[in-house]
Amino acid sequence: MNTNKMKRNRIIANHGSSFVVILCILLFWQASTQIFTIPTWLLPAPTVILTEAVAGWPNYQHHLISTTKLALLGLFIGVSVGLLVAIVLHLLPKVKRAVYPLLILSQNIPIIVLAPLLVIWFGFGVMPKVIVITLVCFFPIVVATLDGLRQTNPELMHYMRMIGASKQQIFLKLEFLHALPAIFSGLKISGTYSVMGAVISEWLGANQGIGVYMTLAQSSFRTDRVFVAIVYIMILCMILFVIIQTLEKTWLKGREKGRMEHE
Amino acid sequence: MSELTVSNIAKSFAKQLVLDDITFTINDGEFVSLLGPSGSGKSTLFHLIGGMYRPDRGAFFLDGKEITGKRGVISYMPQSPSLFPWRNVLSNVILGAEIHRKVDKDKAREMLKKAGLANYENAYPHELSGGMRQRVAFVRALLSPQDFICLDEPFSALDEFTRLDMQTWLLDIWEKNRKSVLFITHSIEEALYLSDRIIVLSSNPAKIKREFDLPFQRPREQSLLLSKDFFEWKRKIYQELEQLKVNS
Repeated sequence: MNTNKMKRNRIIANHGSSFVVILCILLFWQASTQIFTIPTWLLPAPTVILTEAVAGWPNYQHHLISTTKLALLGLFIGVSVGLLVAIVLHLLPKVKRAVYPLLILSQNIPIIVLAPLLVIWFGFGVMPKVIVITLVCFFPIVVATLDGLRQTNPELMHYMRMIGASKQQIFLKLEFLHALPAIFSGLKISGTYSVMGAVISEWLGANQGIGVYMTLAQSSFRTDRVFVAIVYIMILCMILFVIIQTLEKTWLKGREKGRMEHE
Repeated sequence: MSELTVSNIAKSFAKQLVLDDITFTINDGEFVSLLGPSGSGKSTLFHLIGGMYRPDRGAFFLDGKEITGKRGVISYMPQSPSLFPWRNVLSNVILGAEIHRKVDKDKAREMLKKAGLANYENAYPHELSGGMRQRVAFVRALLSPQDFICLDEPFSALDEFTRLDMQTWLLDIWEKNRKSVLFITHSIEEALYLSDRIIVLSSNPAKIKREFDLPFQRPREQSLLLSKDFFEWKRKIYQELEQLKVNS
């Protein structure tokens, strides 16, 4: 009970100012729509958006679930592929030298441009959508993991070599664990990107999902629904972020300070 | 049993001769210090023994078996404690044993107790002082399955008071379970206080200048540091090192 209260107090202390800012923006928004009588199709007031969010729940609920599933699936595949690629590249420096520039180059192609191609090749099913999300998610993971692996503390590395640790032991007991904080940084970026990737992929053609809901709302000038979609995208991103952060905190317990000291 | 023989070792880096014809033997259970100016190639000799690279000439033997270029045959304590920040004290001290798949947690706990670290089993390295971290690093070296330990200026980064504490502590622990030790230092006092034998190295390139057998009894007390004998020896070695400077 007491600890719960303390926790709540801490959350208020840490995030209180952000809440106040958000509240101010909402109030300002609400006031402007009423004072300047802005039509709802142009900019709906926050209260209108809230009303629609509550009243329309049965209409868009399945879209929400579909997008969440898609984002999670894409994130899982993207992160797995990213980790695998990073580890392989790290263990094979020669391959890394050849492939790494290509990886960076590949990120210069906007996903939006690639998407129509993917539809041509793979149709309108789940496949092209998952590929889009994977493409978006995997880059941050690869870069973060490779950076983390490269920055292994040289003193610890030297010790491991001197006492005769094998390459595999050095990787599992030192390099990978040393790179974990970096991997989590990449994971946080991928997590938020995955929702964006899911929505974009749904724009291309799908029968459900927030992307579809948004497109429908837009073409019928239901701006309030567009905003509902945006709010849910934000909430989804935030939930993913918090989950990853919680995982990070429990996994890396007790070492944060130590890491800083070593670097 | 473990007896290390260093035989005619020579090594150069980029055509610069660093080690020249180094030969000595460390007997079982003996504590030998390599004393020489900083940058005299002492650490290089360690890295050669540890198999990080191969010497240009010469060979190393452990108990008569050649170990030149082989990794993992010696236990090692580096200059910095090099503890793993995500491991607590207990899992840090078993790391050396873990690499060779010979973990004995009970033995580790017992050793931590002897080393005065019993209450720190679950602490993380960043929660410990500099001296404490060195203790953990030494316990880790002791718990490694190899019988031969190389210590590379382990106390050079500590302040004077902590260093003296650590030296006394190390003597106490080591005298209770005598593994053969090769100790690198640039402090005359440290070498005198700890070792059975001191090997003085010259620099550029490192050559063996002289060897001294020390007559001090074990177990040693801190009062030894203030005895007349000790000063006499200190003068002797100091003069030897001064001569080195004159010659070079």
